[in-house]
Amino acid sequence: MALNFPSDAWVKAAMEQVNGSPEYAQAAANWEGDIAFIVTAVPGERKEAVLYMDLWHGTCRDAYEVNDLSAQKSEFTITAPLPVWRKVLEGKLDPIRGLVSRQLKLKGNMMKIMKAPKAAVELVNSCQKVDTAWPE
Amino acid sequence: MWQFNSPEIIFGEDALSRLAEKRPRCPVLITDVTMVELGYSQMIIDHLGSDIQPRVFAEVDPEPSIQTTERACEFMNEATPDTIIALGGGSVLDVAKVAWFLYEHPSVKLDEISIFDTYSPPKSQLIAVPTTSGSGAEVTVGAVLTDRNSRRKVTVYAYELQATMVIVDPSLTGEMPRQLIADTGVDVISHAIESYTGAWHNDFSDGLSVQALRLALRFLTRSWADENDQGAREHMHNAATIAGLAITNSSIALGHALAHSLGAILSIPHGRAIGIMLPYSMTYTVNGGGTRYAELARQLGHSAGSEAEGLAELLNVLQTLFNTISQPSTIRELGVSSTEFEQALPQLVAGAAEDHQLLTTVRVPNEDELGRLYRCAYDGLEVDF
Repeated sequence: MALNFPSDAWVKAAMEQVNGSPEYAQAAANWEGDIAFIVTAVPGERKEAVLYMDLWHGTCRDAYEVNDLSAQKSEFTITAPLPVWRKVLEGKLDPIRGLVSRQLKLKGNMMKIMKAPKAAVELVNSCQKVDTAWPE
Repeated sequence: MWQFNSPEIIFGEDALSRLAEKRPRCPVLITDVTMVELGYSQMIIDHLGSDIQPRVFAEVDPEPSIQTTERACEFMNEATPDTIIALGGGSVLDVAKVAWFLYEHPSVKLDEISIFDTYSPPKSQLIAVPTTSGSGAEVTVGAVLTDRNSRRKVTVYAYELQATMVIVDPSLTGEMPRQLIADTGVDVISHAIESYTGAWHNDFSDGLSVQALRLALRFLTRSWADENDQGAREHMHNAATIAGLAITNSSIALGHALAHSLGAILSIPHGRAIGIMLPYSMTYTVNGGGTRYAELARQLGHSAGSEAEGLAELLNVLQTLFNTISQPSTIRELGVSSTEFEQALPQLVAGAAEDHQLLTTVRVPNEDELGRLYRCAYDGLEVDF
């Protein structure tokens, strides 16, 4: 069944995909760093959603939708409007290219992400496997 | 959505004469000892005009360092130039670009420079004058520096690293020795191929990739064989900048990820490293389905109905040319012993795995495959995975 994006259920399904990926486990074996994915331009009342993933040495230790970003610290935040996230998750936009063209905005150490290219690729690959329902 | 970035480019015979129009109030010249000894720095000064005397920083080292870059920035801070002229090969150009950035943005530390961020427009201008044909550093938005303390290579990227103006004057290439012509020419070819077949190719960069490759395939051998072939030298000098624009607006890819690590760990000049790794990376890519090798081969006038055929045509062309200019085809040919190679292999793999060029690679190898690629490149084995 397709899961609504963005939602707590969606990011937990993404966590399952990440933890079920031997490619991610190998590529991110040395990765330490949590990421908050901020989704803006969400249709409806809430306007914005934040999905959090705690990524640690090849696994995702926790993932949930954040209700109060001010209370949630993370090493990285990546912000983009929902249509851009959709392009990333549908494989139509390379996320690094999205960052370079400023369609996605990164807060955090760029060098650290750029030194883990395979981990970044496999994280995206895993998230793309979630059956996603998009808001109209 | 993507973008195309280019400095103003002045090229051809007498391109240096454009400097006289600039009338800088307070210029600084960033260069190295070789340019001073060859008289090229004096050429720059002469072109600026008799009433203009730039302050000269001629301390750039062959393996450009963060420490030299910081000193160059301090030099600029003291001189407060409105114009910085960078004269030399890739090392000089990279030092000048980063030093200029730090001069313009004193609140930003070197390791904070990011292509994901935007920065305020510069007050001064950077004029890049390449003297090799070449890394394309005169037009790229990246720079590679070495931290002398940790021996680490650091790559920085920002659109604001791109020079304001580039002067591609063929008169500056006459003193290039043969080995340098071969090394830098192979780099041009690798830029052209990887920018066309990498993940970030686009309509704007494709034309540049193909033209750079056509020029290099036609003129590199002539340029290498005859130091008096001015026409060939000029076309190669242009090809280097064109290929640099191609990679700036597209990307490089797996071949460079492998070559960067090879060069850093075993101290192999970049041109020789990329010349060795490129064919293996191309074969690896085709084994996973390929990318646009058939299309590229057809652009060069070869018939190619499949990726495998396209790859075969391109590898044949490369092998013929590389044999002519004595470009080695294996790591072993460089004189690296098997013991030295085996000891270095874990570091080679670790370095390549961390190289961000994997992000723009169509088929991304895991660490096991990186190791196997290096082994193939050491012994000249077929890539069959």
